[in-house]
Amino acid sequence: MYRTKNEETNAQEVYLRAHKKHHHSIAFLRLFLLLFFLGIWELCADLSVIDSFFFSSPSRVIACFLSMAADRSIFRHIGVTLLETTVSFLLVILIGLAAAALLWYCKSLSEIMEPYLVILNSLPKSALAPLFIVWLGTGMNTIIVAGISVALFGCIISLYTGFHQTDREKMTLIYTLGGTRRDVFFKVVLPGSIPAILSAMKVNIGLSLVGVVIGEFLSARCGLGYLIIYGSQVFQLHLVITSILLLCLIATGLYRLIQCAEHYYKKKTG
Amino acid sequence: MNKPILQLRNIAYSYHSLSGEIPALSDISFDVKEGEFLAVVGPSGCGKTTLLSIIARLLMPEKGTIVFNNPSGALEYPKTGYMLQHDHLLEWRTVFRNVTLGLEITHQETPEKIAYAEKLLADYGLYRFKDKHPCELSGGMRQRAALIRTLVMEPDILLLDEPFSALDYQTRLSVSGDIGRIIRDTKKTAVLITHDLSEAISLSDRIIILSKRPAFVKKEVAIALSRADDTPLSSRSAPEFQEYFNLLWKELSHDVSNEK
Repeated sequence: MYRTKNEETNAQEVYLRAHKKHHHSIAFLRLFLLLFFLGIWELCADLSVIDSFFFSSPSRVIACFLSMAADRSIFRHIGVTLLETTVSFLLVILIGLAAAALLWYCKSLSEIMEPYLVILNSLPKSALAPLFIVWLGTGMNTIIVAGISVALFGCIISLYTGFHQTDREKMTLIYTLGGTRRDVFFKVVLPGSIPAILSAMKVNIGLSLVGVVIGEFLSARCGLGYLIIYGSQVFQLHLVITSILLLCLIATGLYRLIQCAEHYYKKKTG
Repeated sequence: MNKPILQLRNIAYSYHSLSGEIPALSDISFDVKEGEFLAVVGPSGCGKTTLLSIIARLLMPEKGTIVFNNPSGALEYPKTGYMLQHDHLLEWRTVFRNVTLGLEITHQETPEKIAYAEKLLADYGLYRFKDKHPCELSGGMRQRAALIRTLVMEPDILLLDEPFSALDYQTRLSVSGDIGRIIRDTKKTAVLITHDLSEAISLSDRIIILSKRPAFVKKEVAIALSRADDTPLSSRSAPEFQEYFNLLWKELSHDVSNEK
């Protein structure tokens, strides 16, 4: 069926308009849901349907945040948590890449290590945290190690699986061009696994944050995890809820950051 | 000229797995002469790729020897260039960086070699695309880029492992014509593996017919077509073409009917 130029443009415009409208309504409903929830929460607290001492309320959370922002203490806590998360995330990715590369390079090693990796990956890592405190003391090191321990083993396994999905013929290609196993890794396996690495990063940034907060629960004088524990001990629950909401924002922000990197990579390779 | 560059003698190879031994090649002997275009045909799964991998020295034969005669007079094994079934261009590299991959791996990115790569790209109509990514190329262009990647390494023997089988019929005809011409023009020695009899007849000087697995050489057929030019179409319309085709067909179908 042929269409005149004019008809075609109209149909395209209608399609684009419908697409835009759909997106706007989704964005609106998302915002509406948030505001509705906050509104109900505030209303219930004000009308004493719920006890604002235990459940706090949006206005109290904002007041709490503002007062802590005024004396700058909240920024110190956010900064410490962010720093610990970033350091443990970067270490997870670096150690994970190195370990997965080693396992890929040496097949027997991967066979030997497989059951240990599975055990370490399924072990609840919060069980290890008390050990880390005894071994490393109460400080940033312990918290970073806790963050690493939560994410590392899963990261190694998923990167190794990613490396292993490389097309065998592409590996043969490198050999036919006179390359070694090392060339295979750096020319085909590693660049071909960038999508797998990025998706591992998306998972692990969240897991690092989980580990860091567990670490802060147990041994910290600073950070959002510490604030949550401290707040609950002194029954300042708006402090706890403020910290939880800040953690939500941090988790989303970090995830978005990696998503941006992913978009950039996709755009670059076309 | 025309002295053998490789002499395969009694080559045998088996694959091993826990469920048993699978003999792939039983006793293969033939010569590859310098400058000739040799085709190897055989029933599917008869170990053709194994044979090519052995010639490329990706696999070591279990039995047998290969006597080699490097055309440059050097004492080492002739340089082989291997073209795989799929082009395997790396999507994250530009066409130019794909073509120079071999130079990069073997640390030979000298100005002369780079210039040679650029000349090949220009000769085969890909220079305009040199900074594009492979996803922007057509199937035939991709295959030509893969050939250039092999030629840049200046191999003494080109090994072609069904390099056209992933293309649709029309592209296949034109690309095999193109690549056949390129190989003839550069006077390269080439060994082509294919299961397409017309392709083997129209491209090669000599055809080696392998039996079904474990493979041995059933017959060698020298091809001489009286044709106007090198295009696949004129080869296919040469008077001798049908004769050769019937001969090969009979040899191969004999194997198939034996299987039943």
